Amino acid sequence: MDLKLKIWRQKNASDKGKMVNYDMKNVSPDMSFLEMLDVLNNELIEKGEEPVAFDHDCREGICGMCSLQINGRPHGPDTAITTCQLHMRKFKDGDTIYIEPFRSKAFPVIKDLIVDRSSFDRIQHAGGYISVNTSGNTQDANAIPVNKDDADKAFDAATCIGCGACVAACKNSSAMLFVSAKVSQFALLPQGQIERKTRAENMVAQMDAEGFGACTNTGACAAECPKEISLTNIARLNREFLKSKFG
Amino acid sequence: MNIGDNFPAKLPEGPIANKWTSYKDHINLVNPANKRLIDVIVVGTGLAGGSAAATLAELGYNVKAFCFQDSPRRAHSIAAQGGINAAKNYQGDGDSVYRLFYDTVKGGDYRSREENVYRLAEVSANIIDQCVAQGVPFAREYGGLLDNRSFGGVLVSRTFYAKGQTGQQLLLGAYSAMNRQISRGKIKMYNRHEMVELVMVDGKARGIIARDLVTGELERHSAHAVVIASGGYGNVFFLSTNAMGSNVSATWKIHKKGAWFANPCYTQIHPTCIPVSGDHQSKLTLMSESLRNDGRIWVPKKKEDVEAIRAGKLKPTQIAEEDRDYYLERRYPAFGNLVPRDVASRAAKERCDAGFGVNATGEAVYLDFAAAIERYGKEQAHIKGMDENDMDLVRSLGKEVIKTKYGNLFQMYEKIVDDNPYETPMMIYPAVHYTMGGTWVDYNLMSTIPGCFVIGEANFSDHGANRLGASALMQGLADGYFVLPYTIGDYLASDIRTGKIPTDSKEFDEAEKSVRDQLEKLINNKGTKSVDYFHKKLGKVMWDKVGMARNAKGLKEAIDEIKAIREEFYKDVKIPGSINEYNEELAKAGRVADFLELGELFAKDALHREESCGGHFREEFQTPEGEAKRDPKFQYVAAWEYKGEPSKAVLHKEELKYENIEVKERSYK
Ligand SMILES: Cc1cc2nc3c(=O)[nH]c(=O)nc-3n(C[C@H](O)[C@H](O)[C@H](O)COP(=O)(O)OP(=O)(O)OC[C@H]3O[C@@H](n4cnc5c(N)ncnc54)[C@H](O)[C@@H]3O)c2cc1C
Ligand code: SF4
Ligand code: FES
Repeated sequence: MDLKLKIWRQKNASDKGKMVNYDMKNVSPDMSFLEMLDVLNNELIEKGEEPVAFDHDCREGICGMCSLQINGRPHGPDTAITTCQLHMRKFKDGDTIYIEPFRSKAFPVIKDLIVDRSSFDRIQHAGGYISVNTSGNTQDANAIPVNKDDADKAFDAATCIGCGACVAACKNSSAMLFVSAKVSQFALLPQGQIERKTRAENMVAQMDAEGFGACTNTGACAAECPKEISLTNIARLNREFLKSKFG
Repeated sequence: MNIGDNFPAKLPEGPIANKWTSYKDHINLVNPANKRLIDVIVVGTGLAGGSAAATLAELGYNVKAFCFQDSPRRAHSIAAQGGINAAKNYQGDGDSVYRLFYDTVKGGDYRSREENVYRLAEVSANIIDQCVAQGVPFAREYGGLLDNRSFGGVLVSRTFYAKGQTGQQLLLGAYSAMNRQISRGKIKMYNRHEMVELVMVDGKARGIIARDLVTGELERHSAHAVVIASGGYGNVFFLSTNAMGSNVSATWKIHKKGAWFANPCYTQIHPTCIPVSGDHQSKLTLMSESLRNDGRIWVPKKKEDVEAIRAGKLKPTQIAEEDRDYYLERRYPAFGNLVPRDVASRAAKERCDAGFGVNATGEAVYLDFAAAIERYGKEQAHIKGMDENDMDLVRSLGKEVIKTKYGNLFQMYEKIVDDNPYETPMMIYPAVHYTMGGTWVDYNLMSTIPGCFVIGEANFSDHGANRLGASALMQGLADGYFVLPYTIGDYLASDIRTGKIPTDSKEFDEAEKSVRDQLEKLINNKGTKSVDYFHKKLGKVMWDKVGMARNAKGLKEAIDEIKAIREEFYKDVKIPGSINEYNEELAKAGRVADFLELGELFAKDALHREESCGGHFREEFQTPEGEAKRDPKFQYVAAWEYKGEPSKAVLHKEELKYENIEVKERSYK
């Protein structure tokens, strides 16, 4: 199939950036979206032009490195997948596709479609861990039994890949879904109880400091989350946060 | 020359079960106050590097850690699916440290070091304790205790897992341990940075040159020791299950500075991956080995069925039971679908070469869950007191069970192939997955460069000629949490009075200059072809001639062809943009340049090893049944020393001794 691409090009953080048109011919429906961009890039390079910069690594939906706002949606038109898992069979001949970076004040553009998500790391530095020494002697793993239901819920929250689609989907650029996933994982496990209060408080404080917006419960984040992180985690974070303040 | 003369492997004496403990009791330690005076660089923050960085920082060393992704959480380890082994014997099925040790040595086709493997088995149980304490949400049974599954090549259930995302959960555990140290200021993290050279001062590793991938600037970083944890080099084949950025550059740079490279030809081809779909393909996707717990592998018995399937006239579900060839169950009744990877991959190739492949290119076999869906469904119906003969009900209950076990893998398959694996068998084919070879290290995990340690997939140490499933995660974390933090102290104990290593020395000047020269050479090359063009060309030679089956003629051709591609690369590669900016093509060019050298050494190693063992299969050396035929003459580690170019590399042999395990024919029948 033949496609028209409109891609955000921005040389570096200080450049203003603009949309640029590209025509793509003979795209196979079995290609992944990023493979389609690979083909475009190789054509550009051989023509002597600069390829389009985009983030990616695992190309199987788990590292969280790929991003892209495709036709206005983070990770594109399909649900419960990342951009690297999107295949061209979701498009049809003659389509125009808009490709932009994830937009948020807390995710400044580095180049073209690449953004800086280090704010997410800094939120994790503020409390996304259990303070146990790795070099010490711990007790036997089965000495800490965990109710299967809680273990499963903690696992579901822990599958967040830190991609930032939730932020890009939210009109307020809120990072609540991302933060709530980590806070929930530990709040649901016996190991996480001791630092429960400070964790919620510190991670939320860092989130605010990074310039993410407030949550107004639109649910746009969960709708676009490739890992289907549930909104119940946000409710849990709110409870944890209130408890840390007043509990 | 044999290793032992100049570079002792430092294997401890005494009975195998006591070696590690008594070794730890006698090595030098650095006292906590002095650790503050010592800097350590860790290159790579996957399971091995992440766990090492966290632990070293916790012990008090000043750590600088580097990764090329935008966060340590994205290292390739994140993609590991199936699980991690540990000799916990929670299932009471007869597991023990010895059995894990035995399985690993046998699984590696008697080409690994007894001492290292025993230590790995010994610390394995502690890894699980550690990870649970960190809040890693492993799968649990209804009673709240940890669940296990089985992996290939073993007869016990010792694999711990978190659905199909075990690597993710373990890496996030190590990442969280790192975050704790980052917030304390004990780890300084350099994301989007690539190590491009090792700096040596007075014969010791004392720092690195790193390139900031955002600004393109070169930076100097010094330390008292450098730990390389940069992962494997499977991407030398272009197509593999590795992440796109996985590369050999860090280990290749140290090789060129004097670190010997061991067994480069030992590569694992994983039997269950999604087959190639076209020329545009950029990587291959693994379908975890855990699926072989429940999936049965087969091809049709009759050629006419194969033809009909390829022509789209017949569906696999329409082929009667008696017309299917469950070839693994037929050939290996004792282990069936759970034979080790090398064996399963070759068996798939054998059937496809014989013309029984089930997709258009003839390179695919089925992995079928129908029987498991029925079995689980019946069990559930029974438990719930429902009608066990209502097949629709049974199948829907069975699918639920399969979904809880492998849901994310099935979803991944469906998204890529556009076919529903709950209804029709998956199509799979072997693909490059893991490299057992890597930097040669001694018992301390130190390379032949003093002060340069290598851990995780990047070293050669524990898996011999074939790695068993769920053992890479175990090894990465064992190295990083439990082995290196001790052994590095033995080396650093002599450095407590050294003081900071200056970066304004001539050694740093020279290293930086050589990097700059190479970058300029690449960027100023007025060629016509993109980096990918050369990478794909190299990959094709590797797969066709240095892949699943190798022979002397093909290997000799490969050596010449790779050399020619390398020359063409330097003549005709075209890299857009400039050095001082974000430039992925330039970073890629550096990595491919190194692959083009490694590829040749790889083929040379495969040519010299005139036997078949594990993942290394030489067509000239096989049993009448087509199994790998080892030769006692080659019971050694082949460690190559760099001498200017790959063809001039000098071979050093480390003889392997088996005192606790009898070397037998490796049989899974
Ligand atoms: C799809 C898949 C599934 C797997 N499943 C399993 C499984 O179920 N069980 C199992 O035991 N094993 C599994 N494996 C194998 C296992 O995941 C890997 O062997 C292991 O994770 C490697 O860990 P590592 O820490 O050594 O390296 P990696 O995780 O590869 O990390 C390498 C690190 O080095 C950095 N790096 C590399 N080069 C440079 C450089 N020049 N400068 C700076 N940084 C650099 C990277 O940024 C990264 O941080 C799987 C592998 C794959 C591909
Ligand atoms: S919550 Fe979902 S969308 Fe947000 S970072 Fe995590 S995986 Fe991505
Ligand atoms: S590239 Fe890893 S999630 Fe898309």
